[in-house]
Amino acid sequence: MNGRDSVGKTLIISPEKCTGCRTCEVACSFRKTDSFNPQNSAVTVYQYDEAAISIPVMCMQCEDPKCMKVCTTGAIYKDENDTVLIDRKKCIGCKLCIIACHFGNISYNYEQKTLVKCDLCGGDPQCAKLCPSGTIQFKEATSAQLSKKKALAEKFKSLLEEVEK
Amino acid sequence: MMFGWTGKLIRVNLTDGTVKTEDLNQEDAKLYLGARGLGTKIWMNEVDPKVDPFSPENKLIFMTGPLTGTIGPSAGRYEVVTKAPLTGTIGASNSGGHFGPELKFAGYDGIIFEGKSETPVYLYINDDKIELRSAEHLWGKKVPETTDELLSETDPGARVACIGPAGEKLVLYATVMNDKHRAAGRSGLGAVMGSKKLKAVVVKGSRSVKVAEPKKFIDVCIDARMKIKNHPVTGTGLPTYGTQVLINVINQSGALPTRNWRDGGVFENAEDISGEALAEKYLVKNKGCFACSIGCGRVTKIKDGKFKGFGEGPEYEAGWALGADCGIKDLAAVSKANFISNEYGFDPITLGSTIACAMELFEKGIITKEEVGRSLYFGDAEAIVELAEKVGTREGFGDILAEGSYRMAERYGHPELSMSVKKQEMPAYDGRGVQGMALEYATSNRGGCHVRGYMTSPEILGVPEKLDPLVTEDKPQWLKIFQDLTAVVDSSGICLFTTFALGLPEISSMIRTALGWDCPDEEILRIGERIWNLERVFNLKAGFTKEDDTLPPRLLKEALPEGPAKGKVAELDKMLGEYYRVRGWDENGVPTEEKLKELSISF
Repeated sequence: MNGRDSVGKTLIISPEKCTGCRTCEVACSFRKTDSFNPQNSAVTVYQYDEAAISIPVMCMQCEDPKCMKVCTTGAIYKDENDTVLIDRKKCIGCKLCIIACHFGNISYNYEQKTLVKCDLCGGDPQCAKLCPSGTIQFKEATSAQLSKKKALAEKFKSLLEEVEK
Repeated sequence: MMFGWTGKLIRVNLTDGTVKTEDLNQEDAKLYLGARGLGTKIWMNEVDPKVDPFSPENKLIFMTGPLTGTIGPSAGRYEVVTKAPLTGTIGASNSGGHFGPELKFAGYDGIIFEGKSETPVYLYINDDKIELRSAEHLWGKKVPETTDELLSETDPGARVACIGPAGEKLVLYATVMNDKHRAAGRSGLGAVMGSKKLKAVVVKGSRSVKVAEPKKFIDVCIDARMKIKNHPVTGTGLPTYGTQVLINVINQSGALPTRNWRDGGVFENAEDISGEALAEKYLVKNKGCFACSIGCGRVTKIKDGKFKGFGEGPEYEAGWALGADCGIKDLAAVSKANFISNEYGFDPITLGSTIACAMELFEKGIITKEEVGRSLYFGDAEAIVELAEKVGTREGFGDILAEGSYRMAERYGHPELSMSVKKQEMPAYDGRGVQGMALEYATSNRGGCHVRGYMTSPEILGVPEKLDPLVTEDKPQWLKIFQDLTAVVDSSGICLFTTFALGLPEISSMIRTALGWDCPDEEILRIGERIWNLERVFNLKAGFTKEDDTLPPRLLKEALPEGPAKGKVAELDKMLGEYYRVRGWDENGVPTEEKLKELSISF
């Protein structure tokens, strides 16, 4: 996919659809390492059995990334699409970014001695591509794209119809 | 470096408490692939099939496949292999969830348990750290509590396979449960675990599973996933309604066995216990096993009332056994009895069928209210819930039900009323209305079972093509291919449900690119034939003969009274001889010397 296509797009999660299959974890680790290992995945699915809730968690690509701020070698930067990326050549492996991230969304791959962080797969995120339930979608976070907003409007509509009857 | 397989096994001697690792035998792995096939081969290398299932000499093997833990579609399966206490045949049951992949991530293809512990123990695996720990504090506890306690004392990210009280008390159809709700469900493998005083296996891993040709592998997996997503059964039917979607489908084809198979194949209240009803009333959410693109699992909750409860399922066969087979239309009761089965750890298919058999014995006056501790008419919803609890504790009449329908019916002088083959209860598809299933039950290597060669797929669902369910022609040929392909799929580590959408070419491509093989599809199907024949050899050595390849007299003699299959009996005699011939076996159902040689089977 052309980098331009991903301008303004972000990973939108709909936990209510998630079946907890962790396909995203294996897809991500494969993209990054050519092998399968959820520990090397930038996305992790948290499962709460009794509540029947599963939530995939990954880097939010913050507007004001703390990881970038603490990086002493300037290895962490934002590209033209506002994706927060790591320049492997500049990274010295100090792991300060892991400490700084408010969400715990950077981890370390001890096999390959590299940081694990979502880079949106260069504009074609594999987690979204392979998610079988549509939980993870890669799209613009504009009001027109957010189905929840539309769903809320539809709820209003039916309520209003109910009232008018 | 190994691809697909990790190349390592764990061997645990429960008698002396020793644990060691060893290399996987590569020759055996090439011939038998993994999981069901390789587990059986390892068992056969080391144990005599005449062994008493509960003796220390019987070994219990947990085995993954080369695709387990990869992005193969629904590639989260592992197999439990041992001699089965319910049947005395080879026992092999597989399960999804996340336990199997975690074992691979820890760096192991499988675990061999031998001997018998004096006191309750569990095995904890965290990469290189492998240790047997005391399970005294867990003995007697149900599956959800056991799992929660083990996670809190080991690692919250670990995965647990365990038995419940039913396995401890040697209920002959006890299950091995993993991730709380998934089961290696049939033939009583959990009771073997209980006999060894092995309460659980807990695993946490941090290693990678590698494949030989990553680029090609991901391409064939993505292609397979697309096919699964676009197929009506795997893309719509199963995700929307779960396996219970079949209740109405099978009922309409007149093959939903009703009231211990006595009242034919049409249940008048099928609608009430269907997947559609489950979705409307009790479904909380769909759940998927590891890397699953189908998500047929049902998280269900009964919010209030006397059958209040929470869990997963029921699956179609359990819903049928506890529902139509017992004449019960109360879906809350069916779900509750299914929750109880999972909590105590026993097979709800055999439970429902055994209660159905007891109901017929009761209505015929063969067993009394005094013996059962209550009346037991078909349709009594409270009875299945009460009796399910009693089976879990082997209390009162539960102690008799815990032996399965065959031993119970035999005890009362009427073994013919047990709807079982090789003492294992047949599930949910009446062979009189689906002739290929009749042959499937009679020849299945683990007794009455639907997942050894699912002929319902072509005969009822029309996948991959529609066959007439009421004729016997060509069924032996079809069944052989289904049985062989199923053995490949089970041994690879992916879920059998993928085969609604995938055939031999797709499955072979995944296996080849994962393992770096260069062989035609036919050679991969031949692995399945080899596995099938090895399992047959196991059963013959255990003492089974052609006489055991049969069906309950009800199916052979009593015609279906109504529905599309009205007037039909199971015409096994028209198919069995031909089946042996197609398999290259002699007239007694024994694989010939040439066949075994051709398949490179040695034992």
